[in-house]
Amino acid sequence: MNINFTLIAQAIAFAVLIWFTVKFVWPPLLKAIEARQKEIADGLAAAADGRSALEVAAKKSEVTLTEAKQKASEIIAQAEKRGTQIIEEAKGNAKVEGDRIIAGAKAEIDQEVNRAKEGLRAQVSTLAIAGAEKILRKEIDAKAHSELLAKLAAEL
Amino acid sequence: MATEHADNAQHAEHALTPSGYIEHHLSFNAQPLNESAGFWTLHVDTFVMSVALGLLVMGFVWLIARKATAGVPSRGQAFVELVFGFVDDQVKNIFHGNRHSFIAPTALTVFLWVFAMNSMDFLPVDWVAGIVSFFGGPDAKWRAVPTSDINTTFALALSVWILMIFFAIKVKGLGGFIHELFCAPFGSKIWVWPANFLFNLIEYVSKPLSHSLRLFGNMYAGEVIFLLLGLWAATGVTGTIAGAILGAGWSIFHILIVALQAFIFMMLTVVYLAMAHESH
Repeated sequence: MNINFTLIAQAIAFAVLIWFTVKFVWPPLLKAIEARQKEIADGLAAAADGRSALEVAAKKSEVTLTEAKQKASEIIAQAEKRGTQIIEEAKGNAKVEGDRIIAGAKAEIDQEVNRAKEGLRAQVSTLAIAGAEKILRKEIDAKAHSELLAKLAAEL
Repeated sequence: MATEHADNAQHAEHALTPSGYIEHHLSFNAQPLNESAGFWTLHVDTFVMSVALGLLVMGFVWLIARKATAGVPSRGQAFVELVFGFVDDQVKNIFHGNRHSFIAPTALTVFLWVFAMNSMDFLPVDWVAGIVSFFGGPDAKWRAVPTSDINTTFALALSVWILMIFFAIKVKGLGGFIHELFCAPFGSKIWVWPANFLFNLIEYVSKPLSHSLRLFGNMYAGEVIFLLLGLWAATGVTGTIAGAILGAGWSIFHILIVALQAFIFMMLTVVYLAMAHESH
């Protein structure tokens, strides 16, 4: 085994190679690999976020759907209730109106009857006077007995 | 090793003997840097192969890293990220600090570089020798596996060792580092100081030795076994076929060793550097 200057030469070569690797080889490789690792980690995190967001959205949509269904059935029930209410109201109104019309008609009829009675009464008194005139032409003075006759006509 | 003497002897006879064959394959292309040689010698084959492989693998990773995108990765980027993730995971399990600033990139460098250097063991030994002798003559020597050179593994282990001490001092301060030398692991009573210091000394000596010799031993032994199998070709057709089959088997098994040793070397590097950050 002859140790000689080769040892020193090799040690220098080794030192240069180490320097070269430390300076030029390792850093770019490390940078690239770490950047990729970060990218992958970010991607996985984003995917997880997306999954959880999807879950939340699904839950939310379910809740909204049940709410909407509930509201819809409420509205329908309310509408039905309102419908019957309106019908009842209309029935009531119609009855009142009908009663009112009937009452009006009755009053009018009464009035007509009264008016006809008045007319008849007046005509009967006139006829009675005319008949009495014909019978008592000379005996009865229209002017003297008009007060008596008016009293008679009012009693009829 | 007495390779220089053996080389001289081999020059003289140049006969193709088994020991000459192995000797030739296990000789470095050693160039003296001055007249005295000795320590001032450079294994050109080891150095050129390791630097070329280092530039190749780290250059490849750099080309990919430069255009790295956080989007859908290309096939090359996916492959590099696979290795990156593997190394980063290992470091993350052992070291609990800011690993990205130094330790993890160092682990990546160690793993890829050692793996590439170990992989040179898959090159057929005689092809390497053939190509080299085609260009450089029959005496030209070239060892293709830099990690079967103790200089390489020791250089890496020593660098890690220096980093270890550097981080220990940086994290705990010089006082803390010295305090730990004497007061760990048996406690801070004064009569256990010698035991503690001896213990730490052995640990500090054994770490770089076991670190470097494990890798060196595995790769060197692997190469020697390839050479021994290659020797069978000298016995004729039967030997050549048997050697080829066994060589293929050893190559397949060696895939495991190459990867495993690179992994172990990286893990030990990380463990040692992580231990330097921990206080007792």
